[in-house]
Amino acid sequence: MNSTSRPERENDDWLISRCQSGDLQAFGVLVEKYKQRAYYTALGLVGSHEDALDLSQEAFVRAYRSLGKFQPSRGSFFTWYYKILRNRCFNFLRDRVRQPRSFSVIGESKPQLLEIPDENCDPTVIAERNEIKDAVWRAISSLNEHEREIIILRDFQGLSYKEIAETLDCPIGTVMSRLFNARRQLREKLNGYL
Amino acid sequence: MMKLPEAEKQQFRMLLMAAIDGEISGADKTRFQQYLQQYPECREEWQRYAKLKEVTSTMQFTKPQPEVWDRYWINVYNRIERGIGWIIFSIGCVILLTYGGFKTVEAIIADPQLELIVKIGITAVIGGLLLLVVSVVREKIFTAKTDRYQKEVQR
Repeated sequence: MNSTSRPERENDDWLISRCQSGDLQAFGVLVEKYKQRAYYTALGLVGSHEDALDLSQEAFVRAYRSLGKFQPSRGSFFTWYYKILRNRCFNFLRDRVRQPRSFSVIGESKPQLLEIPDENCDPTVIAERNEIKDAVWRAISSLNEHEREIIILRDFQGLSYKEIAETLDCPIGTVMSRLFNARRQLREKLNGYL
Repeated sequence: MMKLPEAEKQQFRMLLMAAIDGEISGADKTRFQQYLQQYPECREEWQRYAKLKEVTSTMQFTKPQPEVWDRYWINVYNRIERGIGWIIFSIGCVILLTYGGFKTVEAIIADPQLELIVKIGITAVIGGLLLLVVSVVREKIFTAKTDRYQKEVQR
């Protein structure tokens, strides 16, 4: 996920002003632009294709209803949307914890969520990679929601520290220390694989 | 063998993360290299985290079917449209139910053939129902004001 450049940001602001005047198609352009980032972020947080799709779309609906409250001077559209999305995802996970299914159990039942682009066709290498891939997903699934979030934003969405800090509303130092804690947990859980 | 002082561990960890993610430069880079040269435990730590980064950076999420992207906006659009539909429908219901309730109570009170106890009973049922609706609406508004999510939207 790359940063929102200035012309892009200006374009987003223009689209948002169109949406605020009632142009639903302008909102469609924003959704088309950010749908993949939204979906993959939700997928990393909740660990299920159907739930990620549902939550990311629901967050867009909520964002549309609340567009009147959006202030471009306080951050980009996606940063604002992300806050809605993460809260939807965290609420969803908390509700799910109250039910007799845990995130890690769901993570284990859906190991196909991660893939390693294969250039090597050697079955031994592929099997080994699949084993590591499943172990990584299980390890990520077992992290707490905030640790998982920071790993997803940095390692899977490719956000810079500055962007993560802006998104999570915290200093860069906090981003670095949260990343260290999350990676330490991850490393401990992957001890036999690395 | 030199050990990394406790007081410097936090700084090293932050530099380690920045180095692994390619976000280190200038004086921080020099300081980080000094840590690696001075302390074997820092070198080991660096190697362990670099290996982890190597593994996670080769992975990506499985792509969904292309139809998912084709239908994505349509689904969002339908939800927005349905939401607007529900709001209009709810407003209509509230207006009709309020008017109907008022007219019913008016007719019951004016009906000379109905027993007083029946008039009181029906009025209480309608009044109670109205009170329940007001209570639910008030609760919804109160929840929205104190909801963490709502604050994020208002940002």
